[in-house]
Amino acid sequence: MNSNTLWLIGRRVGAAIVTLLIVSMVVFAITAVLPGDAAQQSLGQFATPEQVAALRLKMGLDQPGVLRYLHWLTSLLSGDMGLSVSNAMPVSDLMAGRVPNTLMLAAATALVSVPVALTLGIGSAMGRGGRIDSFLSFLTLTMVAVPEFLVATLAVLIFAVNLGWLSALSYASDITSPWQFMRTYALPVMTLCCVIVAQMARMTRAAVIDQLDSPYVEMARLKGVSKIRIVLRHALPNAIGPIANAIALSLSYLLGGVVIVETIFNYPGIASLMVDAVTNRDMALVQACTMLFCTAYLTLVLIADLCAILSNPRLRNQ
Amino acid sequence: MNNLIVKSPATSKLALGKGSHGSSWLGLAGAAMCVIWLLVAIFGPWLAPHPVGEVVSDNVFDTLSAAYPLGTDYLGRDMLSRILVGARFTVGLALVAAVLASGLGTSFALLSVVSPKWLDELISRFMDAFISIPSKMLALIMVSAFGSSVTLLICTAVLSFTPGAFRIARSMAVNIEALEYVQVARTRGERRLYIACVEILPNMLNPVLTDLGLRFGFIVLLLSGMSFLGLGVQPPDADLGSLVRENIGGLNQGAPAIVIPALAIGTLTIGVNLFIDRLSSRRSRRSGGH
Repeated sequence: MNSNTLWLIGRRVGAAIVTLLIVSMVVFAITAVLPGDAAQQSLGQFATPEQVAALRLKMGLDQPGVLRYLHWLTSLLSGDMGLSVSNAMPVSDLMAGRVPNTLMLAAATALVSVPVALTLGIGSAMGRGGRIDSFLSFLTLTMVAVPEFLVATLAVLIFAVNLGWLSALSYASDITSPWQFMRTYALPVMTLCCVIVAQMARMTRAAVIDQLDSPYVEMARLKGVSKIRIVLRHALPNAIGPIANAIALSLSYLLGGVVIVETIFNYPGIASLMVDAVTNRDMALVQACTMLFCTAYLTLVLIADLCAILSNPRLRNQ
Repeated sequence: MNNLIVKSPATSKLALGKGSHGSSWLGLAGAAMCVIWLLVAIFGPWLAPHPVGEVVSDNVFDTLSAAYPLGTDYLGRDMLSRILVGARFTVGLALVAAVLASGLGTSFALLSVVSPKWLDELISRFMDAFISIPSKMLALIMVSAFGSSVTLLICTAVLSFTPGAFRIARSMAVNIEALEYVQVARTRGERRLYIACVEILPNMLNPVLTDLGLRFGFIVLLLSGMSFLGLGVQPPDADLGSLVRENIGGLNQGAPAIVIPALAIGTLTIGVNLFIDRLSSRRSRRSGGH
């Protein structure tokens, strides 16, 4: 670690923060500035002009957009995310109840998908061009293209309806035993894994093959090192950076999938809260959830970037 | 100057992802699926045996039968007719959005390559900001702000997929712009519009069209996902995603009404992906890549 690397990392983190600021501007512009008059909307069309004017004043809508944005941003940063209209509760309380559930789901998915994807990716890179490899490449190509709700409905049909192993609508609020945990999480986690494993395996395969094509691997092969040893001792340590990069990037695809999966399985996480908020047009809640998701997404992309920087010896030891 | 011609990262990644020579018939199968769905989208409404909204059977969630080849839905409507009509929304909306997104992305890419540095920088930064909002999040906030309509869905898809198209088109345009014949054209005193449209565009048309196909697949997934959440195409119209949603009650009985529209979307997007993969791996082989 030297000043050069630190400077590079600092610049990357700074760029991520600037991007997040721009994202917050876009989100605020779409949800609060463009769609006309929120006061008129919440009072309905039979409100008198005086009522609308009074509510406008109360909501601060008479101020220019820039001021409202700054006010919104500062209160967001201090943890005050406003009041959810449809639930009559502070947004932060609503979200605090839901975030752990989604994190649990994400953690379980990551725990299952990463080992599976790495095995698949490394395995198909080792047998490149072979039968297993082309089958895996077809499988991953297909899984990337399949909508989450197809996987979810098929999984429910097979495991809940036909085999009767699991319950279709999964959520049990009190989880006491590991067995119950498995039953609750099996279907949502499996659905999420399908898409992510495909992405991750594809990128891992590309990263390992990139190393296997390099001269030092050819040297090792020429001096008679066994195939397993080449992959595990020579190629893999050098591919760790790109693989970590692939893992972080693939996990950011979770954000899209989790919206569908939480809805179809009735899972009380942050994404189903957001879908409800969108349906009820509960703006404060939508803004807060969007910012949370975008922050998580940008953090994962940033981690992917940092993995790539830190694993590159040329950048590290210059 | 010639060593500036590096392959764009997108095509080389696709080339790495390709399978062996067995992928040729898979590509054909993919192309066939695309053509079939395109035909269904064009002619579907005329082929439908029943009017799309008509309740034709007393049995809801009926299984496959001679009278109703794909069963009936939650109200007893004919599933085959509903899918034939719904496919037009799914394919049509996604096609319009993909063409617009790719067209806009490519135009901005050409503009930013031939224009002064500050404008290039401005466009690129703007696109970078939009690329860092996941498409589903953008779609959700757009719908929550403006309410869902067909126009809004197209706008949303264009907004979230233009930056990606721009990024790929720009990386290709930058490489082409550095080539000698473009420099010659510039020295000759050609106008910027001429350089962009006559010198650069024809040489990047193939990869741009491939990218359009990929984007079409993503947009189908995005829009049917939104419809599945009840935030996309609104009743009485229904695309394939809405068909899955409205029949979700039949899940416990294993009704074909929920499985078939979901499978329909799957075959469409898988077909597109297989076809595109085949096209791009063939091109990279021809250009001496892999």
